Order: sequence, then C-alpha cells, then structure tokens
Amino acid sequence: MSTGHAHALFIHGHGILHRTAPHLKLVTMIALVFAVVATPRNAFWAFGVYAVIVAVLVALAGLRPKQFAARLLIEVPFVIFAVLLPFLGGGERVEVLGIAVSREGLWGAWTILAKGTLGLSFSIILASTTTVPDILSGLDRIRVPRVITAIAGFMIRYLDVVVSEFRRRRIAMSSRGYEPQWIGDVKPWAASAGSMFVRSYERGERVYQAMVARGYTGVMPRIQATAAWATPWPGALSVIATAWATAATAMVLT
Amino acid sequence: MHIPDGFINGVTSAGAGVIAAGGVGAALRQSGKVLQDKRIPMTGLVAAFIFALQMLNFPVAAGTSGHLIGGALAVILVGPWLGVAAVSTVVIVQSFLFADGGVSALGLNTLNMAIISGLVGWVVFRGITRVLPKRWTIALVATFAAGLVSVVAAATGFVVQYSLGGVGDVNLATVFTAMVGVHFLIGIGEGLITAAVVGLVAASRPDLVFGTHDLNLTGSSTRIGRGGIGGFVGVGLAVALVLALVVAPLASSDPDGLERVAIDQGFADDAVDGAAADSPLADYGEDTVGVSMAGAIGIAVTFAVGVGALGMWALMRRRRRVPT
Repeated sequence: MSTGHAHALFIHGHGILHRTAPHLKLVTMIALVFAVVATPRNAFWAFGVYAVIVAVLVALAGLRPKQFAARLLIEVPFVIFAVLLPFLGGGERVEVLGIAVSREGLWGAWTILAKGTLGLSFSIILASTTTVPDILSGLDRIRVPRVITAIAGFMIRYLDVVVSEFRRRRIAMSSRGYEPQWIGDVKPWAASAGSMFVRSYERGERVYQAMVARGYTGVMPRIQATAAWATPWPGALSVIATAWATAATAMVLT
Repeated sequence: MHIPDGFINGVTSAGAGVIAAGGVGAALRQSGKVLQDKRIPMTGLVAAFIFALQMLNFPVAAGTSGHLIGGALAVILVGPWLGVAAVSTVVIVQSFLFADGGVSALGLNTLNMAIISGLVGWVVFRGITRVLPKRWTIALVATFAAGLVSVVAAATGFVVQYSLGGVGDVNLATVFTAMVGVHFLIGIGEGLITAAVVGLVAASRPDLVFGTHDLNLTGSSTRIGRGGIGGFVGVGLAVALVLALVVAPLASSDPDGLERVAIDQGFADDAVDGAAADSPLADYGEDTVGVSMAGAIGIAVTFAVGVGALGMWALMRRRRRVPT
C-alpha cells in the first residue's frame, strides 16, 4: 500500500482492451456479469463457456495469469463460507468421499465458487485495463447520475491526499514510540483519525470556495474523454451475444 | 462483508437494488437540500475520509487486526443523509474500481453497509441522546452503541437477504447466530473506535459533529482521555451486554426497524414499499421466535468468549508491562 491508489487495480498496457472506450467495456462487463448470475446452477457447460470468455479476455488484456490469480484472492472469505456450506446445509445428505454432506450445501458451494469467481474475473479485467478517471467517465457516459460520478471523482481525487496524510502521522507517531498492540491503544490513532476528519471537512469547504471562485454553479461539467478510444462494437457485441445465448440456452435446457 | 456475484439470487439482488437506488436517491436529494451546491465536494471529501479509514488496519487483539466500517461514524459526524450518500459512494466505487463486491450484488452491499448501517446507527444515537441526560459522556456511550448496533444491523441485513434468496439451504438460525455473533464482536471494536474518533473531533471542533449540534451537551467530550480507555472499555462492554440481551431478540426483525426508520425519516415512498415487500416476517412468521432465541443465545455465548479473550489479553499485556 506504499504506492498511490489513484489507479486502483490498473496495470499499464497497450492491448486492445486498454484502448477500448471505457463505456463499451462497462456495458460489456455488466452484461456478462448478469448473464452469469442468470444462468441455472446445474448448466455446468455454460460456466465452461464463460470461463473460456474470461480466458480470452485475460489474454486480450495482456494480463499475466499469475497477476490475475493474485487479484482473485479478494474472494477468499466467501470461498471459506462456500467450503463450509456442504457441512452446514440442511436437507438431503449425499456421500462424498465417505462423508455425508448436504446436497443443497454442495450446490450452494458450487454456485458461489462458479458465479462469484466469474463475476469477479470480469470486474478485475475491467479495472486492470481502465484507469480510474476513465471508469468514471465511462459511468458518466452510460447515464449513471452525474451527482454520483462527480462525488466519486472527488473522493478518488482526494483519497490519496487523505491516506498519505494519515500515513505521515503514523510515521511521526511511530518515531515517537507509539506502537499500538491492541484496541485499548486506540486513542492516539483515533485522535489522528479525528483530526483527519476535521481536515477533510475543512478541505472540502476550501475546495468548494475555490470552485465557486472559478465559476462553479452547482452543476459539474461533463467529464471530457482524454483519448481517442477504439470502439470495437462488433467484438463487444459478439462477446455479449455469446454469453447471453449461453445463458438462454442453459435456461431452456434445464 | 462485500457480497460477491451469485451469492444471493437474482430476484433478491434486483429487489435490493431498487431499494438501494431509492435510498441513495433520497440521501442525495436530502443532502442537496442542506448543502445546496456544496454537496458534491463535501460528500466527496467525507467519502474520501471514510474510504481512507477503511484502508487503515488497527490491531484488535492477539495478532488480529481490523478496520473501521464507518457507517455510524459518518452519520454521527455529518448527519444521516450526507453520511449515507458518502458511504454509498464508497461502496459503489469499491465495486467498480476495486472489484470488491459483485456488480450484480451492488444493491445488496449498498443496502447493508451504507443505508441500513447508517440509518440504524443514526436512530440508535439520536434515540439514546434524546432520552438520556444531555452530557458528552452519555453522547459518547450512545456513539459506541450506534457503532455496535450499526454493524450488527448490517449483518442482520445480510441474513435477511440470505433467507430470501441465498444459496445452500443452511438453517437460518445457524446463519443468523454465526453472522450476528461474529459481527457483534466486530461491532464492539467499531463502537469503541467510533466513540474515540467522535470524542476527539468534538474536543477541537464540536460544531463539526452534526449528531450533537442541536443538543447543547454539557461536560467534557475528552472524558475518554481522562478516564483512560480502560474505563471506557468497561462502560462500553456493559452497554454491549445490555444490548446483547435486549436488542438481540429485536434485531431479528430488523427490516421492521428499517421500515420504521423509513417512516420516521419521511423516506422515499418506493423504499417504504420495498422494505415492506421484503419483510421476512411475511415468510418466517413462526420461525421468528426460534431465530431470535437462537440468536440471543448465540450472541451471549460469543460475547462471553469474546470478553474472556479480551480480558485475558489485557491481563497478559499488563503483566508484560511490569518492568523486569
């Protein structure tokens, strides 16, 4: 966490996905996630098709498999839950490797692992190939209310400022012997957090006054696109069509 | 606590999405009325502050560490609407930019972590500070309670969603006991840190604590400092114990609470309709008593274990501090 978070999960690259317009990537990602969620759980082959789509996109994005896998680790808490499900689940029991486990629990574990991992994969591919300002301008482009994208933009812009300010305080406190061991040592930390709030709030007021001085009237200007984007609609649409055809076939067959 | 895709079925996720959109919309509208054109930069900076706090871990005990969730802190510092709007922004950004929480589960996550946790925290804080004597000590205990209950309420929100559309057919009482038990412990930490932060903001800029601006509190907000954190932990744990025994049975009917909050706060109509339609009481009329009993027992046990562990840890530390 020593590096800035301004670009979140972004990895620099020049692949086709990096050059694709953010709104196009967002639309594709959302369509893919909903196709996965809508697919019946027992259509195993459909999840295979989605896995192939993920693999193709990861290759197109130029992500190293190891890098990609490391980012999937964010899912671990829910994987633990999924592993426990067959033992906690109720209803009919089935024998697996000599242990009686719940049939519904097994299905639940599979659903969480399959759908959760696939959904997360699409999110990671988007976030790895798109910078934060570009995701925000993409959200703006697909008609997410301007208020939300504008607030998110401010949040991202000042996140690093706030975090690095807090880190400097932590370093100053450590160099004076403050090493918290348990929650009872929270007071100096909380004092830091408290003054961070006061500073953030006051900074918000100063930012607002600076904006007013520059002609702000309460409406944020549209975020300008900064690059000449590729818009491979045929490619995006064929990926979406493949996913939804798979989902629809799975729904009909089961 | 960020729910991934596929954890809760599509219908429940979509329903939660509609309620969450209504709630976020209402929060943005109401905060706009208060702040006018200051709304965007102020909400952005408050959201950056909450997000920053979530990124910074603090040691809890025995080598584990946790971070603040910040729902109650946000609403007490900047008021319910601005607070809910700021925390919602954090959740939305985490989903799209940090791949934390599924995109199809965005409504569920926003509902639990921003709306339920924020509004429940606000109602608890205001409820206690209005009824009890107007003193800073009381306000800080109320802050502790709000932090604790906000986390438990968010976990309860998850349990309700799981009961409506979760996968795996796990006994509801088991899920409730596990989720609420664990989050009760997390909530104690959340409450303590929230109270400490609010107390220290109030020490320098009491005018910036929105939750107390109209209460004319007396006494010192730095009591935490003078009484020592140990004393405050003691009071906090006593409050937690009372809450465990009194609130646990109520917590299982939490959506009722949301409904009541929604009506109290003059919430958007669509949100009220949604909450009523999603009420688990409709489906779990007979189960509720059993669930709340199991929940109460589970909380009491988890609580006893947690307090014991924390006490042991404190004792061990005290011994280590003895100069050798």
